[in-house]
Amino acid sequence: MSDTPMLELCDAARYFDVSRPALQRLIAGEGKRILRAVDGVNLSVPKGTTLSLVGESGCGKSTVARLAVGLYRPSAGQVVFDGRDLAEARAASDQRRRMQMIFQDPYASLNPRWRVRDIVAEPMRAFGLLPNRAAEEARVAELLTQVGLSPLDGHKFPHEFSGGQRQRISIARALSSNPEFLVCDEPTSALDVSVQAQILNLMKELQSRMGLTYLFISHNLAVVRQVSDRIGVMYLGRIAELAPAESLFRRPRHPYTRALMEAIPDLDMTGRVRIPVGGEVPSPITPPTGCAFHPRCSLAGPRCKAERPELKPAGDAMVACHAVEEGRD
Amino acid sequence: MAATLRRFFDSDLWWSFTRSPVTMLSAVVALICILGALFAPWLAPHNPFDLASLNLLDAFKPPSWTEEGEAQYLLGTDDQGRDVLSAIMYGARVSLLVGLSATIFATTLGVTLGLLAGYLGGKLDALLMRICDVQLTFPSILVALLIDGVVRAALPREVHDQIALFVVIFAIGISEWPKFARTVRGSTMVERNKEYVQAARVIGVSPPRIMLSHVLPNVMGPVLVIATLNLGLAILSEATLSFLGVGVPATQPSLGTLIRIGNDFLFSGEWWITIFPGITLIAMVLSVNLLGDWLRDALNPKLR
Repeated sequence: MSDTPMLELCDAARYFDVSRPALQRLIAGEGKRILRAVDGVNLSVPKGTTLSLVGESGCGKSTVARLAVGLYRPSAGQVVFDGRDLAEARAASDQRRRMQMIFQDPYASLNPRWRVRDIVAEPMRAFGLLPNRAAEEARVAELLTQVGLSPLDGHKFPHEFSGGQRQRISIARALSSNPEFLVCDEPTSALDVSVQAQILNLMKELQSRMGLTYLFISHNLAVVRQVSDRIGVMYLGRIAELAPAESLFRRPRHPYTRALMEAIPDLDMTGRVRIPVGGEVPSPITPPTGCAFHPRCSLAGPRCKAERPELKPAGDAMVACHAVEEGRD
Repeated sequence: MAATLRRFFDSDLWWSFTRSPVTMLSAVVALICILGALFAPWLAPHNPFDLASLNLLDAFKPPSWTEEGEAQYLLGTDDQGRDVLSAIMYGARVSLLVGLSATIFATTLGVTLGLLAGYLGGKLDALLMRICDVQLTFPSILVALLIDGVVRAALPREVHDQIALFVVIFAIGISEWPKFARTVRGSTMVERNKEYVQAARVIGVSPPRIMLSHVLPNVMGPVLVIATLNLGLAILSEATLSFLGVGVPATQPSLGTLIRIGNDFLFSGEWWITIFPGITLIAMVLSVNLLGDWLRDALNPKLR
């Protein structure tokens, strides 16, 4: 295996125009409103590993996921898939085959009018992977067995399954084109806790068996801890901290990461006074100057208001914080 | 074939059909209307177009169950001595032909434009929807009248008579497509953002394929219902146009033409000439609409 990372984001950004219609804008005398969903993200996912992104709702995690599979084109910066520009790689079907996505809502991610065997076979048909009907049937049966369903389930419709089972069908579909890179956009957040564990174990097992690379999006720190090699903490379209999983939990460095860790329920901390993060997440349309976290940060200084921090190495982690850089933490 | 039939009789559709007496009754009525119209040349007791078989002495015979009625004219005769039942059967043929063709035309046009507008969005969407808006401000019968009038004025009479049937079909179809386009566009905009469509986009399925194989089946439910309801409406529109004297040519009388002709004799007591075509029209439209209603419930997988 080469050292080229499976996926690299170089200063990738994605802006959305959320302006009102031109006429209304003219009457109200206001300018365009640009939502900076992702605003300059650098990360790389080495082959065979899992990188997780965590953060609050609206911090741009899902947008990164969609950038990573090419559903969105970056407004600025570059997305590189296995050494090639993503848009260029996606033009070739043998490269497109290598990436797949698993979605959050198992009730919306399967076409309700299609039978399961057609849903699972769709990628194989699109890429022309199988020579005939019989081979396709055998492969669908194999895939369904692999994700813990019965081959007979192929004849059913999605509405005959529970949420967890549907997510298994989603995974079977994603695996059917023999991908190497899977983007999972909150694959467990719509499921019961007990079912979450099953799905996560299934995904881990598949990873170790097939050498898959995951970009895993979640807002659940417990889930992320179970599956990740490295974790990126996102805040308002930027990465605040990027660290190996255990090190992040053992020693969170960025003030925002610490605040998140504080919020995890923990038996050892019963009775201890918690310090909640004050305030709301600012709007990504009008983000704060300098460090986006400074209005809520206990360590904020004048420099934080003026200058945007870049990701810099701190120990085995990468942290974007002036306070950490200056040793004020 | 036998296997397909068995599958049909095992299906949820058939099951829900057998549970609904109203639906079964409408199906029977619709079937009688359609079969009667389709096989009119073989089923009708007389041929209203065969002038040699007409006898003016038989004019204005009332229905056969009344005192002066004759057994061979079940629903009576008109002023020329034509059998009303036979005229209805031949007339329903024209009505059904125009109604079905116009509905198919409107559905195809509306669904195609609605899918494109909803899926592609942007300027195309804006343009198509403004056209819809403009057209929806007019009653659809007015649009049909306008088109019919323009064609009538633009073409010489002989040419017009030859293509009159197509003009009516086109006029009614054009006047109904915005309903389909609007419905399909709305559902398409919902479906295109669903994750199963995005999953197909990740694989790289082309937009036309996504529209046809993913979006279309999921927006067809309401379309099917509107189409059946619209079939009734189209038959009515045609009848209205023919009643006003601008619809199908006089050489091919439809139910609307029969009602108009019979209407002249209503005050002189010959009620059967206009009432029976009217009843046929109502029975046909109502049964088709009730079938459409049932189809909506039966085809919705979430209601099963």
